[in-house]
Amino acid sequence: MTAIADALIHAPTPKSRGYWASVAIRLSRDPVAMVALAVVLAIVLAAVFAPLIAPADPLKGSMIRRLRPIGFPGYPLGSDELGRDMLTRLIYGGRLSLFIGVTPVLCAFVIGSGIGIFAGYLGGWVNTMLMRVIDVFFAFPSVLLAIALSGALGAGILNSIVSLTIVFVPQIARVAESVTTQIRTRDYVEAARISGAGPITIVRVHVLGNVLGPIFVYSTSLISVSMILAAGLSFLGLGVKPPEPEWGLMLNTLRTAIYTQPMVAALPGVMIFLTSISFNLFSDGLRSAMEVRQ
Amino acid sequence: MLLYTLRRILYVTPVAIGVSIICFLLVHLAPGDPLTAVMPIDATAAQQAEMRQAYGFDRPLPIQYGIWLWKVLHGDLGNSIASGRPVLSEVSRAVGNSLILASVATLIGFTFGTFFGFVAGYFRDSPLDKAASALSVFGVSMPHYWLGIVLVIIFSAQLGWLPPTGAGPDGSGNWRPDTEHLRYIILPAITMSVIPMGIIARTVRALVADILSQEFVQALRAKGLGEWGVFKHVVTNAAPTALAVMGLQLGYLLGGSILIETVFAWPGTGFLLNAAIFQRDLPLLQGTILVLAMFFVMLNLLVDVLQTTLDPRIQRT
Repeated sequence: MTAIADALIHAPTPKSRGYWASVAIRLSRDPVAMVALAVVLAIVLAAVFAPLIAPADPLKGSMIRRLRPIGFPGYPLGSDELGRDMLTRLIYGGRLSLFIGVTPVLCAFVIGSGIGIFAGYLGGWVNTMLMRVIDVFFAFPSVLLAIALSGALGAGILNSIVSLTIVFVPQIARVAESVTTQIRTRDYVEAARISGAGPITIVRVHVLGNVLGPIFVYSTSLISVSMILAAGLSFLGLGVKPPEPEWGLMLNTLRTAIYTQPMVAALPGVMIFLTSISFNLFSDGLRSAMEVRQ
Repeated sequence: MLLYTLRRILYVTPVAIGVSIICFLLVHLAPGDPLTAVMPIDATAAQQAEMRQAYGFDRPLPIQYGIWLWKVLHGDLGNSIASGRPVLSEVSRAVGNSLILASVATLIGFTFGTFFGFVAGYFRDSPLDKAASALSVFGVSMPHYWLGIVLVIIFSAQLGWLPPTGAGPDGSGNWRPDTEHLRYIILPAITMSVIPMGIIARTVRALVADILSQEFVQALRAKGLGEWGVFKHVVTNAAPTALAVMGLQLGYLLGGSILIETVFAWPGTGFLLNAAIFQRDLPLLQGTILVLAMFFVMLNLLVDVLQTTLDPRIQRT
């Protein structure tokens, strides 16, 4: 008896792929999305393991060896206006640039989904009120809102993250509200309610599983914008402060070198562009991988 | 139509009030109170209290808001702390320059964007379509301030064809439509046009593809209408939405011009904002943002009403 039970327990379960597994498989067949993912991973890994792979100290420079061209012996990507190694600073720069670019989207994902699902699930006047408030934020172009908030709050990494979070919360909340409103009226939600499930159970079991996917995809598409805006705030002097390596700030401080070392001066922007376009392409791939239902 | 317009205006009013509240609160977001930045360090507590009272900062927020709004509605945005001049005159001087730059950029973006969008939509899944799609991904992923720097490097630093910064040969000043000033607007306008170009190309591609797949196009072709005739129908059907997107893009560019104006030292609202931020000139910051946001709200309203006039099918409720 126990042998049979044992055999049953340890028998290989018939393979049935879950939704996310099939999304992953479809995504892995999309060459563009895979290349984009590889680039993002390479940049993230380089940033994480910066102390191990960077050839020099990101903060130490030598004024005698300032503004060396790309390919100069000892400086594979040249040196900056204070004689610091560009390759090192670009690798280290990924740390802050990714942090200040991705964190606002993560925070806004949590807060925005919360507000949107709450409003969408409750419906009625609570929804109307919340969405009207959200509408007000849409009356500001995102760049203007980001700059208005960080301009008022003052320079700093935390302030720049807070401002960008406030910029993205309404956008994510609006998407979350609209998907939740659609799900709420589905028959299975109605059935759950009739069978006595409380609101928390319904949201946890029936709503979250169905709305988080679309909200997540939408949020990933915001990372690219967020990277550009966060670096932009630092470029304006509103985010990261010198001498920390950060791509936006580096782009700003190297502007003085556009006549002497134009290629070196353009490098930080290449990194911002590369990261932003990779996130965009990966997000596009993720969207099309998720839209096709089996 | 009139009813619809009135309804839209009614809908916009609370949004406009909300915008004014956010702009009002901006000053209070700042650490300390708005006077700390300008007060001499050795001011006594009594002097500080006196200043606070003189500027009304000792009163409850809602009352301060009411007084502020009343002044704003009468065209008084306060005085700039740095220059002492009225904020309204500073902003109105700058807004013209920004509007010119944003309009030229939108026009460039719209022209190329619709062209690429049409080509991509007509020849779907062809290499041309792929190229146009790639171009629009490039457009939306581009840190435009970096593109500006790259263009300056190529066309000013290397080739020496165009001036790197400013709006005219006389230093700052105002932009005027003559050949000398025209050289100054080329680089910033092209830089700025990249974003709307990508977005408009994407929109137009989707529109054209959708219109071409509709039955009326098939019917037109079946009746023997030539490609040129069909094309004209596609244009008429795509125009309202494409124009609406263009209108909104103008608003986005005007509001988001700060980075590009900073790169090119263009004497517009973005440049003004930059100065306001670094001198902690909060009245100037607040006034500029209020004007830009209100402009955006009004532009939205205008676009909405115009779009519905052109294509009554899309009335929003």
